[in-house]
Amino acid sequence: MSRREDVLGVLRENARASTEDIARQIDSDPETVEAVIEELEAAGVVRGYQAVIDRDQLESQPVRATVELNVTLDRETGYDDIAERIARFPQVKSLYLVSGDFDFMMEVEDESMQEVSAFISDKVAPVPEITQTVTHYVMDSYKEQGIEMGDGDEDDRLSVSP
Amino acid sequence: MKPADRVDAVPPSGIRRFFELAAEMDDVISLGVGEPDFAAPWAARDAAITSLERGRTSYTMNRGRSDLRAAIAARMSDRYDLEYDPETEVLVTAGASEGIDLAFRALVDPGDTVAVVQPSYVSYVPGVIFAGGEVLAVPTREEDAFKLGYERLAEAGAQEADVLVFCYPNNPTGATMTGDELQGVAEFAREHDLTVLSDEIYAALTYEHEHTSIATLPGMRERTVVFNGFSKAYAMTGLRLGYALAPPEAITAMNRIHQYTMLSAPTTAQHAGLEALDSCDGAVAEMRDQYDRRRNLVLSRFEEMGLDCFRASGAFYAFPSCPWDDAGEFAEALLEETGVAVVPGTAFGEAGEGHLRVSYATGIDDLTEALDRIERFIA
Repeated sequence: MSRREDVLGVLRENARASTEDIARQIDSDPETVEAVIEELEAAGVVRGYQAVIDRDQLESQPVRATVELNVTLDRETGYDDIAERIARFPQVKSLYLVSGDFDFMMEVEDESMQEVSAFISDKVAPVPEITQTVTHYVMDSYKEQGIEMGDGDEDDRLSVSP
Repeated sequence: MKPADRVDAVPPSGIRRFFELAAEMDDVISLGVGEPDFAAPWAARDAAITSLERGRTSYTMNRGRSDLRAAIAARMSDRYDLEYDPETEVLVTAGASEGIDLAFRALVDPGDTVAVVQPSYVSYVPGVIFAGGEVLAVPTREEDAFKLGYERLAEAGAQEADVLVFCYPNNPTGATMTGDELQGVAEFAREHDLTVLSDEIYAALTYEHEHTSIATLPGMRERTVVFNGFSKAYAMTGLRLGYALAPPEAITAMNRIHQYTMLSAPTTAQHAGLEALDSCDGAVAEMRDQYDRRRNLVLSRFEEMGLDCFRASGAFYAFPSCPWDDAGEFAEALLEETGVAVVPGTAFGEAGEGHLRVSYATGIDDLTEALDRIERFIA
C-alpha cells in the first residue's frame, strides 16, 4: 500500500488521530504524515472531517429525508447542471445520480418535517427539469457512515488467556 | 479421588493466577488475551445460524465434512503450496489444540523424547506429558529474534529427540520464520530423523513476509504434521475448529483416537468454516491490517518509552524485555497499580524469563490508554 492509502486507512477510521499516532500506526514519521495529509487535502482527495453523531441523543433532533428525484433532460440541460443547482442548497446533505427507477437520490436535513416539506415543495419540485419527487422521512437510524448506532457488544473474552 | 500421576505431573497453567487477579478488578484493560477482539465475519456466523435453522445438528464424518476438507486442501494449495489429499491427508479437529493433542497421543510412545521449542504455547508440554513422552526444552533467544535454527537445536540436544514441535508465527513472541530461515531446521530434522509437528495457527497473520510452511521444504512433507485452523485468522476461537494435514498413516492414527474421543468436530462450526473459506478473505485482510497498525503503534510506543522490544512480525503479540528482574512481579504490580494486564513470559516456558507477552488484539483506543498507563508506570 502507498503512504497515501496508509494515511487514509487510519483517517477513515478516526479522523481525529494525531499525526504522531498516525505515524506510529503506519510505521512512518509525523513530518511525512503531515505532508501526505496536506497533499491529500490540496488535491481534493480529502474533502473534510466530520463527526458521526447519534442524533437520538441530541436535544433538538433534526429531521432527515431521502428523496427520489426524476428528471427530464434536454439539449441544454444535463444531469450535472441539475445536480449543481440542487446541491447548492445547505439542506441537501448528499446527492447521488443512481441507476434504477429514478435518477437522483438526495438526502435532506432540516429542523422540522414542515421545513423539509417546504424545502421540497418550494425549492426542489419547481425546478423545471424535475418531473417527480418521492420523499421518505427517516424514522430511525441503525448505522451511520459505517458505525452502528446500537449499544454495541461487550467484550466477553476472558481477560487473560493463553 | 486421587488424580492419575501423569495429571499430577502437570502444574496448573501459570496464566490462571493472572486471570483470577484480573477478574477481581474493575476497569482492567487486558493485553493478556490470546484471541482476536473481532467477532467472526458475519457471513461465517450467518452460515452457522442457517445450518442450525435447517436442523444440521447431527455428527459429521469423523474426519470432517468432505466439502470442508476439500476446501481446506484447496486453500492450503493456493495459499501455502501445501498439497494434501482431502480424503486421506486432512483431519478436521475441534480447534488446532485437539489436533496437536491427537498427534502427541498418536505419534509419541512412552519414553519418547519430544523437543519443544520455547517460549511457546502453553499446551505443548502438558500434551507431551499426558501422552507419556519426555520433554526436551529447546530455548530460542531474543538475540536470534526468537527464531529456531540448526545450532540451537544441536545445543539443546534435540538430535536425541523423536519428535520436534514448534509454532511460527509464534505465540508468545510474535516471531516468524521465512522459508530460508526454516532450511536449517529442516536439515536438522532430516539428519536426525525427527517427526515435526508444525503449529501454523497464526499463518494468516504475518506482517513482513508471507508465511512458509516447513512441510514445503525438501524431504519434509513425509515427516511433518501441519496444524492450522479458523480460530485466529477468522476470529472463530469459540467455535473450536481446526485441522491437521499429514501423510495418510499419521492422519489415520490420529483419526483412530479422534473417532473414539471427539467423534467429529462441532458440526455448526464446520458450516461456518466452509463459508469462511468461501467468502471471508476480505474480512481477514481487514483484520490483519488492523493488527499491523496496532503492532506498529505498540512497537513505536515501546521504543519511545525505552522498553526494549524485538521487532515482532506475526500473530498479535509483542514480547518486550521486562524492566524488572522478575517478570511475574512486574506483571502483578502493573495490574494492581494501573489495571493493565499482561502475561509474564515465564508462563510460556523458562526461555520466556525476563519478558512480557503483550497482546495487541485490543482496539486502538484501549491499546493507547494501556500504553499510556504502562509508560507512566515504568517512568
